[in-house]
Amino acid sequence: MSETKKQHKMNETEQMPSRRSFLFIFWVGLGIVAFIEFIGVVTAFLLPRKKKTKTGDFGTIIEAGKADKFSLNSVTAFIRGKFYLCRLEDGGFLAVSRKCTHLGCTVPWSDKEKKFVCPCHASAFDIRGEVISPPAPRALDVYHLYVENNIVKVDTGKRIKRSGFRTDQVVYAKKA
Amino acid sequence: MKPKHKPSPETTGFFHQLFRSIFPYPLIPKSDQERKRYLLKNLILHFRPPTVPEKTLKFSLTWGLGGMAALLIILQFGTGLLLKFVYKPIPVAAYSSIQMLQNEVMFGYLIRNIHHWCANFLVLIVFLHMLRVFFTGAFHPPRQFSWIIGLGLFGLVLTANFTGYLLPYDQLAYWAVTVSTGMLEYIPVVGNRLQEIIQGGNEIGPATLSIFFAIHTAVVPVGLIILMAFHFWRIRKTGGLVIPRASGEDIEKKPVRVPTLPHLLLREVVVALVLIAVVMVVSVSFDTPLGDSANPGLSPNPTKAPWYFAGLQELLLHLHPLFAVFIIPLVLFVTLMGIPYLKYDTNTEGIWFASIKGRKMALIAGLIAIAAGPMGILADEYLIDFAAGLSGIPTFFGNGLIPFAFIFFGCAGFYILIKHRYSASNNETTQALFVFILVVFLILTVTGTWFRGPGMKLTWPF
Ligand code: HEM
Ligand code: HEM
Ligand code: FES
Repeated sequence: MSETKKQHKMNETEQMPSRRSFLFIFWVGLGIVAFIEFIGVVTAFLLPRKKKTKTGDFGTIIEAGKADKFSLNSVTAFIRGKFYLCRLEDGGFLAVSRKCTHLGCTVPWSDKEKKFVCPCHASAFDIRGEVISPPAPRALDVYHLYVENNIVKVDTGKRIKRSGFRTDQVVYAKKA
Repeated sequence: MKPKHKPSPETTGFFHQLFRSIFPYPLIPKSDQERKRYLLKNLILHFRPPTVPEKTLKFSLTWGLGGMAALLIILQFGTGLLLKFVYKPIPVAAYSSIQMLQNEVMFGYLIRNIHHWCANFLVLIVFLHMLRVFFTGAFHPPRQFSWIIGLGLFGLVLTANFTGYLLPYDQLAYWAVTVSTGMLEYIPVVGNRLQEIIQGGNEIGPATLSIFFAIHTAVVPVGLIILMAFHFWRIRKTGGLVIPRASGEDIEKKPVRVPTLPHLLLREVVVALVLIAVVMVVSVSFDTPLGDSANPGLSPNPTKAPWYFAGLQELLLHLHPLFAVFIIPLVLFVTLMGIPYLKYDTNTEGIWFASIKGRKMALIAGLIAIAAGPMGILADEYLIDFAAGLSGIPTFFGNGLIPFAFIFFGCAGFYILIKHRYSASNNETTQALFVFILVVFLILTVTGTWFRGPGMKLTWPF
């Protein structure tokens, strides 16, 4: 009898810890899940919100004006849109961002030297936004641009990063 | 523990009882016994240990730097809370609220000056405190983790300074923060996203200002309180500060202890009063500048990062951005974190500069750095214009990998050479390398702050 009772007791004492450790793991697991949820909520809260104004929405399109108004080889600043409208020698248009690709200063256009010179660390860009002198690592960004009824329009919701200038970035007004 | 001579309620008036209910101990303790009890019964003072090892009272052990840092943080909390009553964290309104603070609020300019100068002193003092901890070997076990908590505190102080810098929203603030957050873009993979999260968008604007304000006035203060409590608790648990000793003496096992009150407290009060006096004199004499209101369309020339980031910015002028803002800072950070966990030949706690030989090697390392640093900067500026000269090679190699390898093997070579030359222990050699990197970093900071003029060209400061 003592034998079986002992057996029984042993089973019990063996089971107890395993049941306890199951509950323990269960609670720790729940705790970890709760912690992950907490982190998730905080992260989702802090992430930048999606912009309400999407590309092409009202408000991001800026009408720059009649295409013929801009003389060849000229640069016009659009303060509100934060870009420069550049008309190249061959009559093509480019909407170039004013933000230096080095660390983000605003680059002014120098009409005398015919280039953009950054006041912060002296990067320079030509009229097409191409880097003339470093430290800027890539050409100035461009905005999506199109010509409708001979009117140049720029979509400031759509900034395009580029490593350098390519001819397919240039937009031409249809010859009237 | 009843106070000994507690008067019976019948014999004292109401106000006396009220007073005793607030201060159930004699206000001016007379005997050592009373003083010890006083320390335990006072809410603020009971954070302090009742006794401290007598030798750690020596001023030339701590230079009072940790206490100064704590006091400056308290002053920041006080003045910051006041500033919050006037300041408006919205672009344009922020600028005019600072103008109003200066021109219309009584003592407004003074409070702003105290906040400004304490912030700058704080970076300096915490940095010096870190150096004193390093050079007295106070990072050896059991103090390893105190060093890590300290680094966390340093990070918070820098964050507070950086986020505070934007708040006045003048041209200086706007563009300094633009170029500083612009550096984030060069961190591989996550850089763009990180920048967007911190700026709350594509450029500095209303979202950035409210994020910075929240970090500055809520996240950082709470973090500082938690980490400071942790820091002080750890210092107590490790048995107080390291006990200063001469090179060759053994570590004392059972140091003589003296009561904190009055011995330590008195010294702390003296340091605190002197520091407050200095802060007041500086704040009355030198006004915090306020430039023109922020104008996103016009970058001033030159645009510089705040001085405590000037070293990083200087690095950026010489090296490929990936190395300047990511790899090198990462290596430095990991090295700093690793200092207490390296395997050392001996435990040098309490000995300034590890040993007499260590002192000599540190001096030589410093002198070599003073010669090598400016030479490197000048050479890169005028002789080896990698970007132009080696135009065949991509800048990633010409301005990045090659100079980085050069620096890396330079440091390794320096380590091996000086170790052999002096047949030194690795404590002394690690310290020499630390001094070398430290001095180069200081030279970069000084150059970036004072020797960079318009277009970031090298110029004389005056
Ligand atoms: C807000 C910043 C900080 C505050 C308020 C602070 C405060 C203090 C105080 C009051 C002490 C004791 C006495 C003294 O050395 O002056 C101390 C000791 C210490 N601190 Fe800090 N500290 C700060 C930052 C740091 C940093 C950046 C480090 C290192 C990376 C650090 C590491 C240590 C260590 C290891 C000790 C113990 C020193 C010993 O045992 O001799 N602390 N700190
Ligand atoms: C370690 C603690 C702190 C540091 C290092 C720090 C640093 C700074 C710095 C550098 C500025 C810019 C001042 C200027 O030069 O124009 C600033 C501004 C400000 N800080 Fe703090 N601060 C700290 C704590 C606090 C706290 C706790 C609060 C409030 C709860 C606060 C509230 C403000 C406010 C409202 C401003 C804007 C006013 C101004 O720019 O003059 N600060 N802080
Ligand atoms: S931000 Fe334009 S050159 Fe640095």
